[in-house]
Amino acid sequence: MSVDATHRAVEQAARESYGRLLAFLAARTRDVAAAEDALAEAFHAALEHWPRDGVPAQPEAWLLTAARRRLIDASRRAQVRRDALPALLVAADAAEEQLVPDLAFPDERLKLLFVCAHPAIARDVHTPLMLQTVLGLDAARIASAFLVKPATMGQRLSRAKAKIRDAGIAFELPLAGDLPARLGAVLEAIYAAYGSGWDDVAGADPRRRGLAIEAVALGRTLLQLLPAEPEARGLLALMLYCELRRAARRDESGTYVPLSRQDTMRWSRPLIAEADRLLQAAQRAGRLGRFQLEAAIQAVHARRAVSGVTDWEALALLYEGLVRLAPGIGALVGRAAAVAEARDAEHGWALLQAIPAEAVRDYQPYWALATHLLARLQRHGEADTARERAIGLCEDPAMRTFLRQQGRRPH
Amino acid sequence: MQCTIFVHEQAHIIAMRNDPVQRAALYPPIGAYLDALKEAGVFVAGAGLEERSTATVLSAAGSSWQAQDGPYADTKEQLAGFFLIDVPDRATALAWARRCPVLPGRTVELRGNLCRPEEMQPAVHAVQA
Repeated sequence: MSVDATHRAVEQAARESYGRLLAFLAARTRDVAAAEDALAEAFHAALEHWPRDGVPAQPEAWLLTAARRRLIDASRRAQVRRDALPALLVAADAAEEQLVPDLAFPDERLKLLFVCAHPAIARDVHTPLMLQTVLGLDAARIASAFLVKPATMGQRLSRAKAKIRDAGIAFELPLAGDLPARLGAVLEAIYAAYGSGWDDVAGADPRRRGLAIEAVALGRTLLQLLPAEPEARGLLALMLYCELRRAARRDESGTYVPLSRQDTMRWSRPLIAEADRLLQAAQRAGRLGRFQLEAAIQAVHARRAVSGVTDWEALALLYEGLVRLAPGIGALVGRAAAVAEARDAEHGWALLQAIPAEAVRDYQPYWALATHLLARLQRHGEADTARERAIGLCEDPAMRTFLRQQGRRPH
Repeated sequence: MQCTIFVHEQAHIIAMRNDPVQRAALYPPIGAYLDALKEAGVFVAGAGLEERSTATVLSAAGSSWQAQDGPYADTKEQLAGFFLIDVPDRATALAWARRCPVLPGRTVELRGNLCRPEEMQPAVHAVQA
């Protein structure tokens, strides 16, 4: 077999199986870093052996066996951690048994996801840890997505893994009583990955572009592992509803296009259909949650592709629900925007003003909406002040240009 | 904690200051950014700096200073201005650094400010002890 073909086979195995292999190894040792090292060596060995011996019939099983041997060797060498050896040997036996009949070794990725978002792990590492362990992204890529120096991200990840090992955080599913909170942390971490890619609307920074896609992949993995959980379905639906508008968020010249003016012909029809199906299925479970509500809000926007109009009454109601269920600055501002459209600018402005000033000092969407509502209320001086604030808080040059141009329009 | 956001710019950005048309693209965004820093209550100090060829540089000559005409270092980019901010943590500082208006040829550098030992957090003393 050619070297190229072998590389492709190894890459494919890495893409399809990395998370499953790592989760399986880490679940048995509780040492994520050691499992990563062993797996990296196994992939390296595959690059050496497969061109000579051919790609094995069961590449995953081959990689697992190779990684397991290296883990055992490493453990024998590490005098200080001799206590880990019995656990490893058990793991070896368990793996062997699992592999003999049909290579179906258990999928431990769900446990790994719960470990990544464990309350003992610093919140800002949850997402990077998931991206690295479940999807196999390298630390440099994760670092650039979160605008952190690669060395800093590497340190954070190492510290988190040391914590998992030293605190003996178990790879197990949370108890029923803990499940809502623990699942919430997993969902939020996945959504944070999506958000990091979303900010970079036009892909102005190519390094940041991909994380939305990776987040959707994590969402799909989670749903596959927790098919009965409506919030997992809701989260995936939410991300797809946002994703389907990607092409419409900028016009041909790269100018920012607000949602209300997006050309719905540029929205992805297959993604609308998939997101609708997911959300409907989630809602059939009869357990409403934050992500289903947020997805339902985006579903109302998506319906404009068919109806040509936006149902602001429905949006105002959904935001009201979201404010009660998961009050956050985004929900409060969203509700004010929806009410301004459903009723009038006066009511929207009243809701916006009721938000504590402390909470919006550096929240750009608040100032963007304030600009819009004040202009509609003919309070142009205040609108100009709010616009300057919104422009000053922008990260996105296209948004900054858009706001500036809005300001130049005759009142 | 206090941090400083340094804005470094290449010559063609500095040159925009002297062009009436280009000036309009240069100043309003940075002005809005400055106002946002102030309104959010994180601004401590800041300044835009004159072009570096106007600098006077004092370099040590034995035990006294010797004055030279600028610039201190002839690099591709020069320090164009800075914002000194007071924020709860490094992540907030980074969020503010990211809001500085992007221009090709402009670089933003975020540095933590040193503080006097008596101003340090008690935890820092504990670690040192």
